Amino acid sequence: MAEPTSGLLTEQEAAVYDRQIRVWGVDAQRRLSKARVLVVGIYGVIAEACKNLVLAGIGSLTLMDDTPVTLDAAASNFLVYVDEIQNQGKSVAQVCADAVGDYNPMVRVQVQQGNILEKPIEFLDDYDVVILGRSSLSLRKKVNALCRSRPQRVAFYAVDVRSSCGNLFIDFQTCTFKSQKKDDDKELEYSKKTCSLEESLSVRWNSLPKRASKLFFATRIVDEFEQRENRQPGQLTSSDLPALIAFGTERLQEQGLAMVPAIESLLTKIAENGTFELSPVCAIMGGVLGQEVLKLLSCKGEPIQNYFFFDASDGKGMIEEVTP
Amino acid sequence: MSAMADKEAIENAKVLMVGAGGIGCELLKTLVLTGFKHIHVIDMDTIEVSNLNRQFLFRKRHVGQSKAQVAREAVLRFRPDVDIVAHHANVKSPQFGVGYFQQFNLVLNGLDNLDARRHVNRLCLAADVPLVESGTTGYLGQVTVHMKGTTECYECQPKPAPKTYPVCTITSTPSKPVHCIVWAKDLPFLKLFGDKSLSNDLDVRSSGADSSVEQEEASFFDVQDGESSKAYAARVFDRLFGQNIDIALKNEGAWKERRKPTPLYLDSIWTSEEKYDERADHGSENGHENGSVQEEKPKDDGAALSAMTGLGLKNPQEIWSVKDNARVFLETVRLFLDNRKEELGRLTFDKDDQLAVEFVTAAANLRANSFGIPMQTMFDVKGIAGNIIHAIATTNAIVAGLIVLEALKLLGKDRGASRMTYCLEHASRKLLLMPCEMDVPNPKCYVCSQTPLVLEVNTKTVTLRDVVNKIARKKLGASFPTIMQGYNVLCETGDDIDKHSAAIYEAKLDTKLDALTPVPLVNGVEITIEDLQQEFSCIVHVKHREDFSEEEDDQMRLGGLELLTATTTVVAKDTDVALKATVDVHAASLDEDLVMIDGENAPVVKRKLEERQEPSQKRLKT
Ligand SMILES: [Zn+2]
Repeated sequence: MAEPTSGLLTEQEAAVYDRQIRVWGVDAQRRLSKARVLVVGIYGVIAEACKNLVLAGIGSLTLMDDTPVTLDAAASNFLVYVDEIQNQGKSVAQVCADAVGDYNPMVRVQVQQGNILEKPIEFLDDYDVVILGRSSLSLRKKVNALCRSRPQRVAFYAVDVRSSCGNLFIDFQTCTFKSQKKDDDKELEYSKKTCSLEESLSVRWNSLPKRASKLFFATRIVDEFEQRENRQPGQLTSSDLPALIAFGTERLQEQGLAMVPAIESLLTKIAENGTFELSPVCAIMGGVLGQEVLKLLSCKGEPIQNYFFFDASDGKGMIEEVTP
Repeated sequence: MSAMADKEAIENAKVLMVGAGGIGCELLKTLVLTGFKHIHVIDMDTIEVSNLNRQFLFRKRHVGQSKAQVAREAVLRFRPDVDIVAHHANVKSPQFGVGYFQQFNLVLNGLDNLDARRHVNRLCLAADVPLVESGTTGYLGQVTVHMKGTTECYECQPKPAPKTYPVCTITSTPSKPVHCIVWAKDLPFLKLFGDKSLSNDLDVRSSGADSSVEQEEASFFDVQDGESSKAYAARVFDRLFGQNIDIALKNEGAWKERRKPTPLYLDSIWTSEEKYDERADHGSENGHENGSVQEEKPKDDGAALSAMTGLGLKNPQEIWSVKDNARVFLETVRLFLDNRKEELGRLTFDKDDQLAVEFVTAAANLRANSFGIPMQTMFDVKGIAGNIIHAIATTNAIVAGLIVLEALKLLGKDRGASRMTYCLEHASRKLLLMPCEMDVPNPKCYVCSQTPLVLEVNTKTVTLRDVVNKIARKKLGASFPTIMQGYNVLCETGDDIDKHSAAIYEAKLDTKLDALTPVPLVNGVEITIEDLQQEFSCIVHVKHREDFSEEEDDQMRLGGLELLTATTTVVAKDTDVALKATVDVHAASLDEDLVMIDGENAPVVKRKLEERQEPSQKRLKT
C-alpha cells in the first residue's frame, strides 16, 4: 500500500477523527484515508461493516449488489430507509450507498453494477480489500483466488451471519503491522501470512485442536450441503434437517471425527432459521470485521488469523487458525 | 435460542436506555432491528463534532442539538413503526424516580460517567428492574448484568479512585510527562487564571514555608499596578520556570539520587539578537529559520482563541521547541489578560478551551524540559489533561450487540443464562469476546446489602456541609442527600423542600459536627444518609479522630466496619515514601481526596483498565 503522505490532516479530519486518532495515531488515519474497499452482497452484517468503515474514514467504499430493494432487505439492514422501498427500481447497493455516504462526506461511496465474476480481471486492481457477504462456497473460493491472482495485494474477507451464529474468514496474504503486545511494551513491527480459503479447506478436521470452535465444523457442513443440494446460501428449512445432520455425520466421519450434540444443535439452529440474521450478532460480527479491515489497512494492531466465530448461545467470540 | 426471548416478548417489552452517545446510538439501532418497539431514551448531552466518528445517527448539521431527540428521529427513518420517547434531560432529575423506572422491563446503560451509573444502579435496585451496564475505551469493552438479589450490583465492588499522584511528585520531583501536565493544569493555570484559593502551593509545600513566604506567594501572581500583560507574563515565566527551580535546587538532599533540574529564565532562551523585548513581538521559530526576524505580529482576531495560530504553529501533532513553548506561554498569558479579563479568577481547565490547552501544553513542556522529561505534543497534552476517552465505532457496535443479547436473555426469563462479557484487544485463549459468570451480590455492599459504614472524622473541625458534600454526595453518590440522626433530620436537600425548612437546614450547614443541636455528632453517634429518589439508605457510625495526615486535609475518611477496630498508623511526614503510602491507603478506602486529575471519565477508564487483567481470574463459562 502507498506510504502515507506527510502533511497535516485537514482541520475537519482532525476534529471529526480526534477520538480515534487517540487510539491508532495520525499515520494510521492517513493510511486509512487512502484505502479502497469493495463490498459484494449486502446483508445486515455487511451494513454494519460499511458503517464502521465509513465512520473510520477510509478513502473509498464501493458497493456491489444489484438486487432490487424490498421490505425483506430492510429486515436487518438499517441502511435501507423505508421511504426508499417505494422508490421502485433502486438496487440495494444504491440505497445503501446513499445512506452510508451521508455518514461521512470525507469518504467516497460509490456503486458498481454487475457480477464480480463477469468483470475484467483488472477490475480488482482498484481495491485494497474485497469483502464478500453471504455467498456460496464456490463463489467465495473463486473471488478469493481472483484476489490472490493480482500483482498488488488484494485482501479478502468473507462474512455471514446465520441466525445467532456468525463466521468470518480472512485471507490478507501478508501483513506487516505495528503492535503493542502489552500496555507498557514498546510498539514493534511484526508480520503475518495467511493461506487461501482453498488451502484452509484442505486441512483435515481431526488435526484441529480438540477445543476448536464447533461453528467451524457446522459452517463447513452447511456450506457443502448447500452446494450439494444446489441451494442458494441460507435457503434451508427445518425439513432439510434430517438430511443435513446425516450429511454432517458422514462428513465428520470422513474427517476422522464424530457428530456431537453441540454441532447437531448448531445445524438445527441454522437450518430452522434459514436466511434470518439476528441483529445483535450482525453488530458484533460487523464490528469485528470492520476492526480487522481497519487494522490491516492502517498497519496498526495485530490482525486475526484466519477465522472468527461468534455464537450467541455461549457468548464466545473465538479466533481459529486453520492453515495447512 | 432457547434462552432467548420470543418475538412477542420482545415486541411487548418496554426498555429504558440511558445515554444516546457512542454506545447509545449503536444500541438504539440494534434494539429496533431486533424488534423492540417501546423504548425510552434519556440523554442530557448535545451533539459535538468529535462525536461524529462513531455516533452514526448524527451528522454535522445536528451539532448542538439533543442527542436523544436526533437519535430518535434517525432511527425512525428505518423503523417508523417503533415507539421511542426521547428525554433531553439528566437521568438524575426528579422526574425519573422509582415510579418512572418501574414501568420498564429492562434498563440498559450506555453512560460515560460514574455518578450517573451509580444513580441508575440504585434506581434499578429500588424499582427491582434488571440493569445491563456497559463501557468501552479504545478496543476494550465490557457488558455486565445486574439483577437485584441474584447478581452483584454495579457498586458491589468498590470503584478504584482515579489515578492519583503524590503531591510532592507534582510540586517537586516530577519524572513523567503526566506529572508536568497535572502540575500545569492544577497549579499555574489556577494561580494565574482561576480561583486562587483552590490551587495548591506552587513550589514548596506549606509546612516548609513560613507565613511571610505564603503571603508573598499569594500576591505574586496578582497583576501589579501599571504592569502590562507582557511584563506580567515575563515576570511569571521567570518565577515558574526559573526561581522556583533555583529554590528547589537549594534543598540539596533532594537531588542526591535524582537528576538535578535546570532552571529556565527568559533571558537564556532568546539569542542575543532576539532578546525578549516587551515591545517586540516574536514570530514562531519556524517562521524565521534563517535568523531573520519576521515582522509578523501575533493576531488577536479570531476572538483570541489561539496563541499558536498567531505564532505560526499549525500542527498540534508536532512537539514544539523550547523557544516555541516559551512563546506560546507568554502569548497565552497575554491573551487571557487582555482579551478574557471578565473570566479571570474563575476559570477552570476545559479541554475544549483552545487557549487553556495551549497554556497547559506550554507550561507542562517548559517544566518537563527543566526536569529532563520528554516534551509532548499539544494533541497528547489535551488528551491527558482533559481525560479524553479513546473511542472507536467498532467497539461500541460490538458492545451494543452484546447488551441486546443480554436483554434477550433477561426477557427470556432464564436468569442463569446471563453473562458478563469482556471485549478484548488481544485474544486470551483464542477468545476476543470472553463471557464470564456474574458474581453474586457482595454481602458487604452498602448499596444493595445496606451494610453500615464508618466515618472517621475530626468532629471538632469538620462541618455538616463537608459531610453533605464530600461524604453523602461525592463518596456515597447521593444526588439529593438527607441526613438523619434517629428521628432528627439534620439536613434535607432537593427541589421540593419548603423555604422555611430549607432556611433552617442551611443555617446548620456551617456548624461543626460536635456543636450540632439537638444532638452533636460525636464519637459513637450513628447517622443515616439517604436519598429518597434513589431509595438509598446507609447507616454511618461516627468515629472521632484527630490525627489525620497532612494529605487527608478533609479530616475525614470513610470505610467499612473494620475501621471501628483498626488502629491508625501515624504516617511519617515529608518523605516521599510516606506520601506514597498515604495515597495507597486512600485508594484502598475509596478516598478520592488526593485526586489531581479529576475528569468525570477518569474513574470509568480506570475501572476498565483494571478489569482487563481480570478475565483470567474470573471463572470462564464453558
Ligand atoms: Zn451491591
